[in-house]
Amino acid sequence: MASPATLAGKVSLGTSGRDAAGIKARSLLRISGKGLSRLAAQILPPLVVLTAFLLFWEVACSRPGAGLPAPSRVFSEAWPIISDPFFDNGGTDKGLFWHIIASLQRVALGFALATIAGILLGTLVGQSEWAMRGLDPIFQVLRTIPPLAWLPLSLAAFRDGQPSAIFVIFITSIWPIIINTAVGIRNIPQDYRNVAAVVRLNPVEFFVKIMLPSAAPYIFTGLRIGVGLSWLAIVAAEMLIGGVGIGFFIWDAWNSSHISEIIVALVYVGVIGFILDRVVAGLGRLVTRGTSAA
Amino acid sequence: MAHLDLSQVGISFTRAGKTTEVLRDVNLKIAKGEFVSIIGHSGCGKSTVLNIVAGLLKASTGVVLLDGKEVSSPGPERAVVFQNHSLLPWLTVRENVALAVDKVLARTKSRAERAAWIEHNLALVNMMHAADKRPNEISGGMKQRVGIARALAMEPTVLLMDEPFGALDALTRAHLQDQLMEIQVRLKNTVIMITHDVDEAVLLSDRIVMMTNGPSATIGEVLTVPMSRPRKRLELVEDKDYVHCRAEVLEFLYARHARPALAA
Repeated sequence: MASPATLAGKVSLGTSGRDAAGIKARSLLRISGKGLSRLAAQILPPLVVLTAFLLFWEVACSRPGAGLPAPSRVFSEAWPIISDPFFDNGGTDKGLFWHIIASLQRVALGFALATIAGILLGTLVGQSEWAMRGLDPIFQVLRTIPPLAWLPLSLAAFRDGQPSAIFVIFITSIWPIIINTAVGIRNIPQDYRNVAAVVRLNPVEFFVKIMLPSAAPYIFTGLRIGVGLSWLAIVAAEMLIGGVGIGFFIWDAWNSSHISEIIVALVYVGVIGFILDRVVAGLGRLVTRGTSAA
Repeated sequence: MAHLDLSQVGISFTRAGKTTEVLRDVNLKIAKGEFVSIIGHSGCGKSTVLNIVAGLLKASTGVVLLDGKEVSSPGPERAVVFQNHSLLPWLTVRENVALAVDKVLARTKSRAERAAWIEHNLALVNMMHAADKRPNEISGGMKQRVGIARALAMEPTVLLMDEPFGALDALTRAHLQDQLMEIQVRLKNTVIMITHDVDEAVLLSDRIVMMTNGPSATIGEVLTVPMSRPRKRLELVEDKDYVHCRAEVLEFLYARHARPALAA
């Protein structure tokens, strides 16, 4: 069988103008066809796997007496909270959107504090041999403490759920930020330090103009790990402190035996965590354009 | 009084309990506007001399005086052109020069004057066309030109160059040497240049300082290069003085102070 190209060549022997146009149109088609197939190669596998998983789940949980609801039942039971994430009946009876926002606010505050403190402490540890010897062993021990183990202590200190939750986020996400910043600072090339010395930058200028940009790729690695840990910790912390928040929502649903709502909430938690990770990673790429390409 | 005066300069490094004397009794007087090259085999400590003058290293013995004042820390009046350009990769070419200018000349020049001065220095090394590019977008020769512009823009009393063209290919190197000579005719800076290239040293210098091999390296001989300026590369090839100076340096480096086999 002749390929389309040779066929087209034979047909348009005499009409060269039309032939050229035809080739152009075909190559355009071919390019978009290639793009489509590449897109399909990206999207198709996860779609297939997801469908297979849902099917398996549906079959496994459809028999009477199953512990968990099948996807179809999740969908029908939890439809009110899926369809309207924005309702607000006062108190803790709010739509998922408001719970997510409350959790994100806590993460934003705790993570912002951890970023500032983490970068400053990391710089100190990276810059001063003495500070490293003194602080590093303490950090190495403290960072292994599970986030929730801090909660009772912070409740005792703050006597309030809100600051305690924020503190848990802070103390969970600060360690990777400190450690990565310190590595970044230690890896600043001597050349950059020499330039700063010849120009006579003062310590503040050196920090802002040389240290931060030079260590930025490392700092963002720390931030990315930190934001992931924050999101892990907030759900657990909120289960214990109550109030509005996605963690509390899940615990509340469990107490009222709304298993379907738990499953919907988990999907939300996963997607938001994924988005947080991507946002920090994207921000890092934007900020470190020059540095990482060096 | 000499403009720049190194007397009895020596330095030792201690590593893992073992002390090595790298330089001993380096004595050198440099006049204002003089172009001095320091040449020697690799590992002889010639870059160490430069770093001591720059203030980046502290001499163990002796003293460096600039206009009668002791040099104790780095500063813009002794601007350095680093061997590997040392441009900050996250800043554009213009921003790299601006970092130095805005810091060093903050008191003496207004904002507008500083901006004009940055452009002036970029133009001096023919880098205006790439002023908004980042270092990783330009060639090695261009990076080194920006490094030179950054150093010149600090209005140094002494310009220190640490093998500025060592990492470049021969054609680019020749081109930059010519540019440097042109700039030098105009600005008449006092320059110390470290090099391992004999032709470069003879072409550019008023005097060539030849270093013996380390450890405990010191100045072996100082050669005055008599050719008048401006010098033209092509005319020099057959110049009697040029050939003689070149022979002198080669003789020193390869006959009397051949590189020891160990340091290869």
